[in-house]
Formats: sequence, C-alpha cells, structure tokens
Amino acid sequence: MSEPHDGHTHAHDAPPNPYLEKRRNGEETAALEARVKAIEDLVVGKGLVTTAALDRIVDIYEHDVGPLNGARVVARAWTDAAYKARLLADGSAAIAELGYGGLQGEHLVVVENTDTVHNVVVCTLCSCYPWPVLGLPPSWYKDAPYRSRVVIEPRAVLAEFGTELDDDVEVRVWDSSAEMRYMVLPQRPPGTEGMSEAALAGIVTRDAMIGVPRLASP
Amino acid sequence: MNGIHDMGGLTCFGPVVREVDEPVFHDGWERRVFAVSMLSGSALGPVDVFRHAIERMDPQHYLATTYYEHWLAGIERLAAERHLADAAPAARTLQAEQLDAIVARGVSAARDSDDFRPRYAVGDAVVAKNLNPRGHTRLPRYVRGRRGEIAAVRGNHVFPDTAAHLAGEHPQPLYSVRFSARELWGPDAPAGDSLYLDLWESYLEDPAR
Repeated sequence: MSEPHDGHTHAHDAPPNPYLEKRRNGEETAALEARVKAIEDLVVGKGLVTTAALDRIVDIYEHDVGPLNGARVVARAWTDAAYKARLLADGSAAIAELGYGGLQGEHLVVVENTDTVHNVVVCTLCSCYPWPVLGLPPSWYKDAPYRSRVVIEPRAVLAEFGTELDDDVEVRVWDSSAEMRYMVLPQRPPGTEGMSEAALAGIVTRDAMIGVPRLASP
Repeated sequence: MNGIHDMGGLTCFGPVVREVDEPVFHDGWERRVFAVSMLSGSALGPVDVFRHAIERMDPQHYLATTYYEHWLAGIERLAAERHLADAAPAARTLQAEQLDAIVARGVSAARDSDDFRPRYAVGDAVVAKNLNPRGHTRLPRYVRGRRGEIAAVRGNHVFPDTAAHLAGEHPQPLYSVRFSARELWGPDAPAGDSLYLDLWESYLEDPAR
C-alpha cells in the first residue's frame, strides 16, 4: 500500500520534470481515496459488481499476469524455429499455444528485432499495451515524455534506455492506435547458446519486449 | 477531438523518467480505480467510451495528474453522464467467480463479415485524411495528411469514432500503415526509419495523381 516513491531515475543533467512530479501529499491522497470510495460504493451499491469481483481483478493483474508470460513466449521462439515462424505469422494463435491471451491482448502481433531492424512499441493516444504477455504497463510507458517523443525522436529516447543504434539499423515505431497489441521479440544475446528454455525466459526483460533496450549477455 | 491526449510528436516533456522496481500499483486507491473502471462497462460503456471520457479532461488537469487519476476522472464523468446514482439496480451482478473467464476471453474488436471487402491491399499507397472530428478518434494529428503504404490488412474492426459515442460499432477494414520517418517529421529524420499505425479504412484515401 505504501511503496516508496523515491525511486525515480533522472538523467543527471536534466531539470526536474514538472509533469512527473505528481506525488500526492497525505491530504491529497485522502481526497482521492474518498472519491474512489464513493464511486466504488456506487457501482457495488447498484449491483453492477461485487466487492469480491473487484478484489479478484486486482489480484489477477497484481499477481497472475505479468512479463514472465511474454518471457516464456520469447524463450520458446528462441529455441523452436517452427514456433517462432508461427509466432511472427499469427501472434495471437501462437501465444495462445502457451496459454496466454484475452483482455487487452485479443489481437496480438509480435515484431522481431534483428541486426538491421529495431522495433519499439508505444501508444501515443493513451496507454495500449499487451496485458496478457507483459502485464500492466510501467508508469513511464503511460507518461507524456515517452508517449510524445518516441515517435518523433525514437533514437534519442532509446539512448536514454542505453540503446545506441547504428545509422544503418532501421528503427520501426509501432503506435498502438487500434486494438492490435504489439510485443517485440528481442534478439537472443550472445553467450546464451547452452541455456535451457526456462533459463532463457529468466533473462528476458519487460523493457526488451517493449523494445527499448537490447538484451545483454547474461 | 484535438486534445492534449494526442501527444505524438511533442518534444516539450523532457526525459523519460523511470522508477526502479516500480510496483504494479502505488496505492490502494489505484487498485480500486483500476477494478471499478474495468468492471463497470455494462453500465458505463465499452472501452472507446472510457477513453473518450478521459480525453475530455481539462488539459491542465490531465497534465498535472497521474495515470490512475485520469481513470478516476473518466469513471466519475461517465457515472455522472449516465446518471448512475439515479439508475435502477443492475439486473445482473458480476461475480468474482466469473472474472478469470472474462479476463481469458477478452473483448474482441474484430467483427467477422461475409461482406469484408477491403479497398486496399498490402503495398498500396494511401494518404491519411486530414480529418479533425470534434468527437473521439484514433487518427493521431501527427499522421493527418501524410502519405504511407499499407503494410498489413488487420481485419474488420469496430470503429471507435462511432462506438465511443454509443452510435454503433460500424466495423470496417483496419490496416497497418507504414509511414517513413521523413514523411512525418521532415528531412532531418533518419532516412530508413519508419512508423506503423493501425488505421481504419475511412481514415484513408487514395493519393492524388
């Protein structure tokens, strides 16, 4: 409930960003809690949904669905060429083979990073994101700097994630403007040749499946 | 509507700020806003309606508030507009036992049709129309009037511009459209870079000859 909020990582030479300094003091938080309680009481009181159902959907996205799902998809694709071909041809169907799909991932597309192509995913209009494979998005994905800038200056944004791309690498930005949901298949890093599928899943990061960093050798 | 939510191409917001080991939710109230928003659709409308409710926030408030405050503002607006407080009790109540199946099934936007005849095919040149609807749209400003190429035909999908106003689903062909970075951002953009959007057929037109 009261996670520390002081983990922000600013670029060292960047001024504080007024749009991101949105932490609430105790009084403001109490006001938000009161508004939320009012709307929850209304929908429960009108019989739309039970409190237990509200608890359950929170539990699903806090504990059951997360980027480990996507990591398993990536590891399978790295170790099974036929699966990878199916994954790139029909993301939804191939991801369903591993048991994943559903809400905010009804129409999944997987795009492959290679030596010559680097894909990166955004939703400029809101926060569309492939929930069944990555869980709920991190704040930076939903905040103004990423949404606004990654379409016009993707290389600068990627550099902030430590990703420096050669000029001859084609950057492809995928703006999730409809109900299609995108996941990046990162390149398998060197030095992983002998690793099992399960071990490979352990080195795949959420951010690599959004397409912001490349994966480093373990 | 041409709102502050349509942020693509702005460069005024500074660096991307990441939180180390960020939790899924930061506060209890965020959990509840998420849950209420996700599970009130039967009374308040589908996802397009919810998105448009958020888009209608005062722009200064939108920029000054966090993500789940946007959701709270959206759900409060819809509850007020639908007069939920004065409504009769719901005929059916969503139960916890139904949730796993609902999440696993999802809500498909595809509408299969025997009459699916997309105007465009992969490789066709198209132009994103210069449209400025006052209601909800998923045609970002940064692509309007720009020339691209059909990269994939996605299927027959619910049209958000009408669905968001409860004016019908009016499904139509949806395409992945590739635009070169230079077409969108001018000669300083890297020559080989590109951007893909999913655009409905009525957002597109043939290039001028």
